[in-house]
Amino acid sequence: MHLVSHEVPLVWYLLLSAVLFCLGVVGFLIKRNLITVFMSIELMLNAVNLSFVTFAHQWHEVKGQIFVFFVMMVAAAEAAVGLAIIIAVFRARSTLAVDRIDLMKL
Amino acid sequence: MNDSLHLWLIPLLPFIGFLLNGLVGRRLPKSVVSAIALLAPFGSFLVVLLASRPASFPHVENYGTWITAGSFNVDLTLVLDQLSLIMLLVITGVGFLIHIYSVGYMHSDEGYWRYFAYLNLFLFFMTTLVLAGNALLMFVGWEGVGLASYLLIGFWFQRKSAADAGKKAFIVNRIGDFGFLIGLFLLIVNFGTLTFSDLAARLAANPTMTGGVLTAIALCLFIGATGKSAQLPLYVWLPDAMEGPTPVSALIHAATMVTAGVYMVARTHFIFDRSPLALSVVAIVGAATALFAATIGLVQNDIKRVLAYSTVSQLGYMFLGCGVAAYSAAIFHLMTHAFFKALLFLAAGSVIHAMGGEQDMRKMGGLRAKTPITFWTMTMAVLAISGFPFMSAFFSKDAILAAAFASGSLGKILWFVGLVTAALTAFYMFRLWYLTFFGETRSHDAHPHESPRSMLGPLVVLAVLSVGGGWIGAGRFGAFLSPTLGTRTEEMSGSLELVMMLLAVAAGACGWFIAHRMYYQRSAAAQLAAPAPAGHNLLVNKYYVDEFYNFAIIKPLIAVSKYVLEWIVDVAILGGLAWLLAGIASFSGAVLQRWQSGNIRSYAAWLALGAALLLYFVLAPHVFGAPSLHLGMAGH
Repeated sequence: MHLVSHEVPLVWYLLLSAVLFCLGVVGFLIKRNLITVFMSIELMLNAVNLSFVTFAHQWHEVKGQIFVFFVMMVAAAEAAVGLAIIIAVFRARSTLAVDRIDLMKL
Repeated sequence: MNDSLHLWLIPLLPFIGFLLNGLVGRRLPKSVVSAIALLAPFGSFLVVLLASRPASFPHVENYGTWITAGSFNVDLTLVLDQLSLIMLLVITGVGFLIHIYSVGYMHSDEGYWRYFAYLNLFLFFMTTLVLAGNALLMFVGWEGVGLASYLLIGFWFQRKSAADAGKKAFIVNRIGDFGFLIGLFLLIVNFGTLTFSDLAARLAANPTMTGGVLTAIALCLFIGATGKSAQLPLYVWLPDAMEGPTPVSALIHAATMVTAGVYMVARTHFIFDRSPLALSVVAIVGAATALFAATIGLVQNDIKRVLAYSTVSQLGYMFLGCGVAAYSAAIFHLMTHAFFKALLFLAAGSVIHAMGGEQDMRKMGGLRAKTPITFWTMTMAVLAISGFPFMSAFFSKDAILAAAFASGSLGKILWFVGLVTAALTAFYMFRLWYLTFFGETRSHDAHPHESPRSMLGPLVVLAVLSVGGGWIGAGRFGAFLSPTLGTRTEEMSGSLELVMMLLAVAAGACGWFIAHRMYYQRSAAAQLAAPAPAGHNLLVNKYYVDEFYNFAIIKPLIAVSKYVLEWIVDVAILGGLAWLLAGIASFSGAVLQRWQSGNIRSYAAWLALGAALLLYFVLAPHVFGAPSLHLGMAGH
């Protein structure tokens, strides 16, 4: 049998994942700075990754691991594009407060 | 089955002419347009002549099935028999002459190509109407000639009166067509077929079947005929139709299209024969129209309007003939009328041409010397229509009057009405003749001149036909048509017939004598200036029929349209509904708009809330209900 099952129960991993995800959500909702919001999103993604890995390990399924790689890859690409946008926004508006980036609002 | 006579060519040739002139005529020189337009009716006329083999009649050509619905079938069938042969000879023959005349009459008109395209289109539909082997195909032609008539009445559509007259003709005809359609539906319901030969066979197989539904069918068909053939009460469109070019008045509104109703009644005579009531209605309406229109014609001053009312009146004669079951006499009068009325209109067109567009007879006068050929041909036509002995209408009108006299007590009254009408006819025709050609000219700015040869040629040919046309049919016509129209048994004694003939001639002479006294012996100018006798106003205003229709039908219709349909139905109900829907949309939009705050965090909050709710509803049964996910029991 596996170490995980004997030493640290599965539910702890999942709880950690849930806590991290909720931190991400709360951070996303209450923070104004665009970079912090962005970091919160990354936190949510990684919280999900943790669940994936946990279950993959639990059920001996490699699919979950593979999915994590995909998520990381997409997150990396997203980070590159997102940071570029953030820099462009800051240059244009001299601010990173999400509430004030509302040009598309009618 | 005998050889094909290629009947399809008869309607198709004018249709090709219509397509060529209608599509590319604008870019063709006038000579080419004329050549195309003239070849079409001439070709059709030749085909009709080649097909004139009465031995093989009725000749049926079937070109396939048009409509199939259950056991009900409509075929594309053309039928040539004695009746349609006579109609076709008149339509393509007189039509061809009028096409020639039009080349001269319309030569300087901008819409030359358009005019000939419409004229050929008319011939296409008219020949279809006549050749049709079933009532539905006939209805196609029936509607088509209405369309062509509308287009040609409104030919000079820049003039409001012409455009209005076109609309009036079309709408009034639609009322009649409505009756025709109901008649067709009744035929389908009761007999399951619209083919004339099948219907005739079905009726022949049931010799006891009379009245009832047959009366209803006959009367519905007759309503259609009153619309197309300008009978009471639907005649009002024909006098207004004189807004069209004069050759059109001659071809469509005198010689051919307006006789379609007579042709239709003759074609379906086996239905009318079974309904004495319907026949009486036809005869009474015909006689009443003949008298009514003739009295209006007495006082008209527009030369074309006199002829228009004369046409209505003569069509009344034909229906009188149909109504006393003397169909062959009606068709005989239809043919002679086509000759002399086309001639009258064309000669009137020549007069109008000579006067530079003037149509008011009060401004004419003294044209006899200036336009000799027009004068002589017109004289022939006037004599013919007045029933001068041995000219065409002498035979045909006499045949109708004799048949009316021979058909019972009602017939005697109708015969007398016809006789009075004959006197009135002679009066208004000679009035027209004296006012136009005799006395001093009453217009000083016109320079009358004779018309070009292309116009005079058809006048001469038609004058010959008007004079001699009666001999074609005298005595033989009924026998020739008997295979299609059946034979009549009543025979009159020779002496009675002679008396009737003399009476008819005397009536005509009477009319001439009064006209002569009033418009020749006293000068026409003095007569026109004299105080009008009582009743004159009523006639000048055409019995106020137009005013009555305006008051009784058109005004209420407009009022209902405006107040009920527009204000209540459209504005209040439909508009209100639209406003209500728009209000709901904009109100809910205004509410939902609050959601779209533009604040990213609020969107995210809704997103999170939604995801949480979704998760709760998906997982709740597993967690709190039947536990299938044992989170704490990891490991195997």
